[in-house]
Amino acid sequence: MKFGVIVFPGSNCDHDAYHVISKHVGQPVDFIWHKETDLSGYDAVIVPGGFSYGDYLRAGALARFSPVMKAVKDFAAEGKFVFGICNGFQILCEAGLLPGALIRNEGLHFICKHVNIRTENQYTPYTNELDYGSVLSLPVAHAEGNYTCDDATYQTLEENNQIVFRYCDENGEITSEANPNGARANIAGICNLDRNVLGMMPHPERACEELLGSNDGRNIFRSLTGAIAAVSN
Amino acid sequence: MKAKVYVTLKSSVLDPQGKAIHHSVEQLGYQQIADIRQGKYFEIALDDSVNESEAREAAEKIANDVLANPVIEDFRVEIVN
Repeated sequence: MKFGVIVFPGSNCDHDAYHVISKHVGQPVDFIWHKETDLSGYDAVIVPGGFSYGDYLRAGALARFSPVMKAVKDFAAEGKFVFGICNGFQILCEAGLLPGALIRNEGLHFICKHVNIRTENQYTPYTNELDYGSVLSLPVAHAEGNYTCDDATYQTLEENNQIVFRYCDENGEITSEANPNGARANIAGICNLDRNVLGMMPHPERACEELLGSNDGRNIFRSLTGAIAAVSN
Repeated sequence: MKAKVYVTLKSSVLDPQGKAIHHSVEQLGYQQIADIRQGKYFEIALDDSVNESEAREAAEKIANDVLANPVIEDFRVEIVN
């Protein structure tokens, strides 16, 4: 089992992801520079958080044209796992690997705090170790995390159970007060139709040790590891 | 030949920056303003060998593929000599 963490100019959560995979997941992991065009040998790639290309034009818009993204698209089409976190989620939406877009937070502020999210679909490679409705405390750190899509797309997401996480209060209630950025229907994370591509704004890789305030992120990585093992067998 | 590309958020998409600007403008004493929406403006200089229809075609493709995200934005292209 081998993980890759894609590194764009301006990525800044690449080392966090690498740390979690090597230390807590305990699997081999490489940094993959964005000029790379070959992802063979990897089972999962993480598109990490940060400010790829300085967020010029739109968050994630320019990273989409990096050479590695063609390989990421092919990789996803083969059913391999692509996990976009924060800026990674923005990149996957810009690249068309996930529907919708992430726009400026409703309150305009850059938000950096722990939020609660509720598991809306436990039948994905990223959530199979979680119970339906379970609440995770994870940090967010973004200015463009406001998920938006048109009505038809939203309906498709609902019908196909592609909404994986929603912002909620500590009791798991989906309220507007618990929505940090104005995201449509409190959406914090979605997957593609095939479930192998996940994008989420909160940072599970920053919540894998008690010292950092929460280790709720671990179950997401544990789920993914289990899913990769199941595919490999 | 120059292509001017105007990118604006679709009317259905919330524009919190435009809203904040609107609020600031109101602070200046302009109370009669109904709405302000923020957009982006690009100037693309094309080679002299390119004719107007080629310029428009190229600019529209660039706008659609890169400058605007069609999920949330609309664009308009103007060609000037």
